[in-house]
Amino acid sequence: MKRFLETINVRELLQPLAQMILFSLGSGAVLSVIVILLALLLDQTAAGQFLLERNKVTILTYTLVNLPQVVLDGLTIGFVYAAIALGYTMVYGVLEFINFAHSEIFAVGAFVGVEFLILLKSFEIIPATSLFMSYLWLIAAILAAMFVAGLLAVSVERIAYRPLRGAPRLVPLISAIGVSFFLQDAIRLIESLTTGQFHRIIPSFGNFDERLVFSKIALGASTIELGIQVKSIIVIVAAMLMLIGLNYLVNATKVGRAIRAVAQDRSTASLMGIDVNRIISLTFLIGGTLGGAAGVLYALKFTRIDPFVGFFPGLKAFTAAVLGGIGNLTGALLGGIVLGMLETFAGAYMSAFTMGAAGAEYKDIFAFSILILVLIFRPHGLMGENVTQKA
Amino acid sequence: MMLEIKNLHVYYGAIHALKGINFHVDEGEIVALIGANGAGKSTTLSTISGLLQPSQGNVTFRGEDITITPAEQTVQKGIVQVPEGRKIFATLTVMENLEMGAYTQRNKKQFQKDLENVFTIFPRLKERQNQLGGTFSGGEQQMLAMARALMSHPSMLLLDEPSMGLSPILVEQIFEIVQDINKQGTSILLVEQNAQMALSIADRAYVLETGEINLQGSAQEVLHNPMVIEAYLGGH
Repeated sequence: MKRFLETINVRELLQPLAQMILFSLGSGAVLSVIVILLALLLDQTAAGQFLLERNKVTILTYTLVNLPQVVLDGLTIGFVYAAIALGYTMVYGVLEFINFAHSEIFAVGAFVGVEFLILLKSFEIIPATSLFMSYLWLIAAILAAMFVAGLLAVSVERIAYRPLRGAPRLVPLISAIGVSFFLQDAIRLIESLTTGQFHRIIPSFGNFDERLVFSKIALGASTIELGIQVKSIIVIVAAMLMLIGLNYLVNATKVGRAIRAVAQDRSTASLMGIDVNRIISLTFLIGGTLGGAAGVLYALKFTRIDPFVGFFPGLKAFTAAVLGGIGNLTGALLGGIVLGMLETFAGAYMSAFTMGAAGAEYKDIFAFSILILVLIFRPHGLMGENVTQKA
Repeated sequence: MMLEIKNLHVYYGAIHALKGINFHVDEGEIVALIGANGAGKSTTLSTISGLLQPSQGNVTFRGEDITITPAEQTVQKGIVQVPEGRKIFATLTVMENLEMGAYTQRNKKQFQKDLENVFTIFPRLKERQNQLGGTFSGGEQQMLAMARALMSHPSMLLLDEPSMGLSPILVEQIFEIVQDINKQGTSILLVEQNAQMALSIADRAYVLETGEINLQGSAQEVLHNPMVIEAYLGGH
């Protein structure tokens, strides 16, 4: 045991943790400053007066009391995006190809996890069980989703991408879009044949829906509770563990070195004795399992899923991957957190800042504006490298 | 015969790159394969190591037919190719590059031994083992590429244009190292455009022209062949 512990590279465990904290605090702080400045600017304008009349608070107070909640919510969704974005980025790193079916791998993961829990409920195993068992069942659901989604991702590569390996770059991309539609409709078909309905709701069990309240703040006539839902904590912790595990695998193990070598130069890697096809399958497996787990976490957080549940999170995670620099793992993490935060900030404050003219439903504008801006002004992303170090 | 190539035909799409070549390398030899750009030299090496598949012919290594052995399994047979243009992993450190070279090595003691050996041959790599491969100069990258290949403990090294883009002094150094590696018991198949240098260290040589071997013999014979002097040595 002691020898085993000595072989663990502690630095590679701490580094991603530090990065996550830095990225979370950094993006949280920057966005907070922006909304506070906006609130100060808008205080004397019509928007400020409007809020004062309606809610009996100044726009600045409104902004400040909501801030902690917004940051926590932003983190929760940001980590889900990061976990999905890693699937895009890993596959891109190795194959230089965007796996547009990844959002459906995510959806399949969500369905597997939710159906597993619904099954447990139909056997009356949940919700009438101890808290400890509830957590174990949730973990089991996540593992089942990871297993199925991982296998599915590997099969998709084997069937739909590998035969097209030598083809022009557009060809596997179109194949991926085809796989994406196929999987969407496959979920629809299976769900309507077996359950008769497309959308499923995750059973409520354990203490996941409870809310830990830190403090209460009086806001005009009403009070606001500052707190975090247990399930948000679960999402953040689970995503963090996965991201740390992945970082360790890629940066500190032999197989991770092989993945990086294949990403750089496939034929030279094979000259070293690396079985390139196995490494490619492995990256799809890793991306798929992360996506599947993210699917269950997403379902846990937002409760309702349907066969198209993967579309928007998938597109946003793709945006996150591009924002961070596609092919770069740390970049995907940064991109996911920034995007999740930005979106939640927009959703929370747009309505107040525009006197209700543009509400939370317009928050997607921000995510996709970022995609366009990044593609125009910084195509290699925030952390993408310009490596051209070949002799 | 350690390595034997018989009647090898290779196509790149419609291009007939190798038109039935025959040659061999004996245990402990340095054999040079010289020829102009596009003669098929790199194609020959890539076919031996399994990156390319021939349409006809055989590659036999120590009595075993390895014609269709895929590249990742050729290493385990004891043949390793140092590709043209070094192809080191630029975003991996020197140490990680060397670890990749030893990818198939499961024995930790042997790994340490090979590492020490490589550091004795290339002391500069030891000093800079935590540096990224991409920050190296061309000569250093060539050394790293050779060191990486040696980490698999090969009995035969396939060197593709080790002199490419290097200054004469560096070429001199690299070729001395090649000779040292050979003296340690590794057989070498050397592909070169720099015929003069290649022939000066080789035991035997083959001249490859547009996919065919037109001349063969001891390095001295080839070096003094009028046709070779005319075509490759800037002869008079």
